[in-house]
Amino acid sequence: MALEIFLRYLQVFAVGGGICMLGQILINTTKMTSARILVIFLLLGVVLEAFGLFDAVADFGMAGVKIPICGFGSSLVKGVITAVMEDDIMGAFAGGMKSVSVGITAAIFFSFIYALIFSPHSKKV
Amino acid sequence: MNKKEYSEYVSKTAPKSKHLSTMFAAFWVGGLICCIGQSIFDTIQALLPLVPDDDIWAITTLVMIFLGSTLTALGVYDKIGRYAGGGSIIPITGFANSVTSPAMEYKREGIIFGLMSKMFVIAGPIIVSGIAASVAVGICYYIVSLF
Repeated sequence: MALEIFLRYLQVFAVGGGICMLGQILINTTKMTSARILVIFLLLGVVLEAFGLFDAVADFGMAGVKIPICGFGSSLVKGVITAVMEDDIMGAFAGGMKSVSVGITAAIFFSFIYALIFSPHSKKV
Repeated sequence: MNKKEYSEYVSKTAPKSKHLSTMFAAFWVGGLICCIGQSIFDTIQALLPLVPDDDIWAITTLVMIFLGSTLTALGVYDKIGRYAGGGSIIPITGFANSVTSPAMEYKREGIIFGLMSKMFVIAGPIIVSGIAASVAVGICYYIVSLF
């Protein structure tokens, strides 16, 4: 039982770490900014989900692919596809935001509150 | 020495040894953040066994974004980011960091035109590209489902 849990977390660690390392290689070799890196990995999740491959990857990697930003792209598309099946073309516009609303709202809310309270820390380069 | 020669000269003399160590740092920090996410998921699943998996992932995302924003506000996440690079950018905590950090930074330009509008300086492209791509996928999916 304990070994099983250990192996599960090892899997998550390896997959999640691998994705982040891939991003780091992109940063090192192309000097891309963080916004571009995030967009690339988001679109990776979008493409995987659009072709129905994301669930298979997520079964293996679990949080290792759900926590990186690809999980965000996948849940956008998953929401859209579910909504299109339920209410046709309107679903393409209604479904995406619905499924990521928690994430975006949380990011906006916490950021707003924290930015009101805290001031930026000095950046030592 | 023209521009091209100069950039070749710079890339030749700039230190290369950093490549491997930054990759290693990104790997273990990124992996660790994902493991924290998995442990939050497992804990919630054990506490609320009847809730469907997708909802538990939503709660997990909420907690991770809360952690990312809090660590950014305390100035800890920037330190992690300086060490881990991609390991701190790519997880969802990095998304939270990319919203909280400019919000704090631009507060001095005012609440409305600084904090509120510059909040999405980095996260804006992510949301725009994600939504545009997902609508395109939805329309394609609809057209395919007609036949």
